[in-house]
Order: sequence, then structure tokens, then C-alpha cells
Amino acid sequence: MKQDEMILAIETSCDETAVALVKNGTEIMANVVASQIESHKRFGGVVPEVASRHHVEQITVVMEEALQMAGVTMDDVTAVAVTEGPGLVGALLIGVNAAKALAFAHGLPLVPVHHIAGHIYANRLITEMKFPLLALVVSGGHTELVLMKEHGSFEVIGETRDDAAGEAYDKVARTLNLPYPGGPHIDRLAQDGAPVLNLPRAWLEADSYDFSFSGLKSAVINTVHNAAQRGETIKPEDLAASFQESVIDVLVEKTARAAREYDVKQVLLAGGVAANKGLRAALEAKFSGLPQELAIPPLYLCTDNAAMIAAAGSIAYQKGKRADWALNGVPGLDLEAQ
Amino acid sequence: MKALAIDTSNLVMGIAVVDGEKVIGEYTTNLKKNHSIRVMPAIHDLMKEMNMKPAELDRIITAKGPGSYTGVRIGVTIAKTMAWTLNKDLSGVSSLEVLAQNGKFFSGYVCPLFDARRTQLYTGLYGFEEDRFQAVKEDRLVLRSNWLDELKRLEKRILFLGNDLDLHKKSILEELGDQAVFGSAADHNPRPSELARIGIEKEPESVHHFVPSYLQLAEAEVNWLAGQKK
Ligand SMILES: [Zn+2]
Repeated sequence: MKQDEMILAIETSCDETAVALVKNGTEIMANVVASQIESHKRFGGVVPEVASRHHVEQITVVMEEALQMAGVTMDDVTAVAVTEGPGLVGALLIGVNAAKALAFAHGLPLVPVHHIAGHIYANRLITEMKFPLLALVVSGGHTELVLMKEHGSFEVIGETRDDAAGEAYDKVARTLNLPYPGGPHIDRLAQDGAPVLNLPRAWLEADSYDFSFSGLKSAVINTVHNAAQRGETIKPEDLAASFQESVIDVLVEKTARAAREYDVKQVLLAGGVAANKGLRAALEAKFSGLPQELAIPPLYLCTDNAAMIAAAGSIAYQKGKRADWALNGVPGLDLEAQ
Repeated sequence: MKALAIDTSNLVMGIAVVDGEKVIGEYTTNLKKNHSIRVMPAIHDLMKEMNMKPAELDRIITAKGPGSYTGVRIGVTIAKTMAWTLNKDLSGVSSLEVLAQNGKFFSGYVCPLFDARRTQLYTGLYGFEEDRFQAVKEDRLVLRSNWLDELKRLEKRILFLGNDLDLHKKSILEELGDQAVFGSAADHNPRPSELARIGIEKEPESVHHFVPSYLQLAEAEVNWLAGQKK
């Protein structure tokens, strides 16, 4: 009789303390996320030391809740997976050391997972992956196009040269005096505005899949500043819509071009910014007429969670990937070296 | 009672395994090296040497700080996780109280200290009172000059312990003169077996609620609170 594979995964790379249990790589048994966002709001962003303190407070509580929700015990667990990086080092260390202690206590294998691989594999919890595939990863810290020819193989064909899209959102939100985190507020405002302002799109070299958002960010700040000097006011809704359209145009166009060039079967959206309604709608519109299948995970799997780490961890476990007791948190972990 | 004691709160990393009154294994290093990489292999190796399985432990004990924020969280996270998942008792001991034990037979007071930058100290005062060696002034984060003023008024000999003493010895001597006594090299490393001994006697903590003893708020929180008062 074949035993079920049960992965317990821990994710603490930023400001969510998350633990999940996933059966046979795709079936979510529990997916618990303790968000610290209310605590960090007062600082206007994530404060690493505060995040680390919250992780220590929450870690055993969240592990217990996940096991209870899944209705299993540690005896049912096959392996412990954990985010090794990238992320905030002090925050990563809580998850990594909890995972090591847990695996050691029960004599279980320990599987290290790359956070971005996790975001991409969130899709596998919803739909089977079809290779070759292209993943557009957009989050607070990342804007990347990743080509996957098979499970566990990652080739970054484009990435941001300056700010991540999520960072640009946060900075523009600050210019508009919107509360942290700014992304969802801009997305909401944009729904009520029109893209009437002429903002730049950074296409870079004709054959490049890289991104750049710092010029756009400066253009937004200048536009607001110049209007103020002339005594004019710009409708925040229109500014948000114009900014969002500029970001999305570049993301969607480059994704479609890469999908064609690499002749992929599937295009996946991944990362926290995948929650953005404007981006989802634009990708859906673009790919409705194209041969590639488009997959977008539901919102709760786009933002940081541990089910996605378990999904990626399951594949890594199957492929024999293991960490020893010296596993450390690696803030700048390389995806392609996975 | 079998217990595992873990101290990663400062540069000295210590692991001990005790069986009742007996210290059966102890491992200490005093290196500027990453605790996150080294402590779990050290625990694994020591337990293996003892031929002991994690499930055989009755209690996990950890030094709860003060010290390096990141360092103390590593030991506390491992201890909490092991105690929770194996359903064992957890106890936490002040890192200063552990260090103070190295002077427990000194006739005066014992002052353990860790440097806290900008002429501040993590420190406390320990001594023999009511038939046992215990804290006589509670652990604190304090400006060195204020602390030395306070100690001077005690008019009693004080033994100073800690690997950061080199940074403060001159000021201590200037202020306290003959009142100050200094430990030697072997007295400055907190011993994990002492951590285990004290930890065994403590009331177990609530695992879910147990947090490090930082002795101060995160800097961002201090600034935020200051902003609120304006
Ligand atoms: Zn993320």
C-alpha cells in the first residue's frame, strides 16, 4: 500500500508566520498564515527586527494550529520543508531553526525551498504544470520572468534592473499619501480612474526581457510635483490608473513576447502582486487570444503562505533534495542555482 | 530528569545534556561564528555521543537573554519548537544569571555583564542572600556610568564577569578601585551545565507564550512611541 506523502512547510521570509500541510504535493490540508501587517502599518513598512520578534512569538502557535486544522500528527509527516531564502535574514532564521528542531526531534528529512520557487509552485495547488512554462513573478521584492523546462529547473530570462514592481507601487502610494501597503489601494483607486496621464514605459533594448520601474516612479513624483507648482490637482484615481496601466503594459507585453519566443505551453502568474485586479484582467485579456494556457492562483495563494513552500518542497523532496543540520537562512539565495 | 540546555544568546555558544544531578555532556565555544549554522549540528552530535534520542528528554532549557537579538532568538526558537513538538517542559534562564554562577562562591557580589554598545551594559547583580545565590539587583540595560555609581554605594567587593570586560575594565577601575575584582579567562564563558542546573529547578514556562528577554524595545518601536507622545 502506498503511503501518502505529507509535507509540513514553514515560511517566515518577511512579515507572515506561515505553516502548511500539503498531501501528495497538491492537496492542501492546512494553510495557516499569521499576518503581522497590522503591527508594521504604524511604521509604514516592514521593520525587520519587529518582524523577527513576532515570528518567535507566533511560530509554535502557528505550527500547532496547522496540525490541528489538518487533523494529523507529526507521525503522519514525511518531511519538513522550509524557506531558505531570499528574504529578511533575521526572519528567515526563525523558520529555518524551527524547521531544523522539528525535523531533528522526529528524525525527518529537511528540505530547503527557494521562496520564489514557492510562489511559482502555488500554481500546482490549483492546476498541473505543463512544461515548458513561463512564470511572471511579481511581488514586493521581485519582478522576474522565469522559464521552466521541467520540475525544479529555473532559468531567469528577465528581471528588474532597479525597483521591483511592488516597490514602485509602495513608493507611488506614498506620494499619494495612501497607507501601507500601497499596492491594493492603488489597484482600487485605478478601477475608478482613467489612464489620461502620459507616463513612460521602459521597454529597454528590443530583445530584453528585463524590467525597470525607477523611471516611471520618478515620472509620477514629477507629475504630482509639477501639477502642485502650477496650482493644479491631479485626480488620484487618474494618477493611479495611469501608473498602473504603464506597469501592466510592460509586464503583459514582455510576458506575451517571451511566451511566444520560448514556445511555452503555459504561463503562470506568481507573487503577491498577482493579487492585483488590473494585472489579472490585462493578462486574461491578452492570453484569451493566444495559444498558451494562462494560470493565475487564487488570492490566498498569491501572497506569502506556506502551502506554496510545501508544493515546491514536495517536488524537491521527490528529487532527493535535502539540507543538513547546518542549514542557514540565505537572504540573497539564487533561484537558478536551485 | 534528563534535560538539554541551549545558550546562543551571546558569542559563547553552549550546549549541555544533564541527567538529574549529573552533567553528562557539555560543549562550549567562544567564537565569532554563526550560531544558526553551528548550534543544531552541535546538539545533534552531543546527543548522539550521549546515545540519547530527543524523545528521551524531559525538559528543554534555554538562555533567554539579554544578548544578541538574533542570537537569542535562535536558541529560543529551537527550544520552543523541541519542547512543543515533543510535549516536554520548557524553561528559560537569564543569560546573566547563567554567567553569574561562575562566581557563586565569591564572598561579595557578582556582576555579570555583556556590552550593549554606546557605553551601555546588559547587567545585573547577584549574591548570596537568604541562604542561596540569587539576583540582588534585577537584570537591566543601563548606562555604564549610572551602574557604576550604584555599585559604588554598596561598599562591598564586586566580582566582574564577562568576555566584554576588556571594553569596560578601565572605567570600572577608575570608579570602583579596590572594590572591583575581575575573573580570569575561564570564568568569563557562561557554562551551559550551569544553565541546565538552574533550568531544572525553574517552573516550566508556557511554550506558546515564551519569548526572549530583550530588555529593550526594537528601535523602530521606541521612535514610534516617541512620535505618539508629541
Ligand atoms: Zn513572497
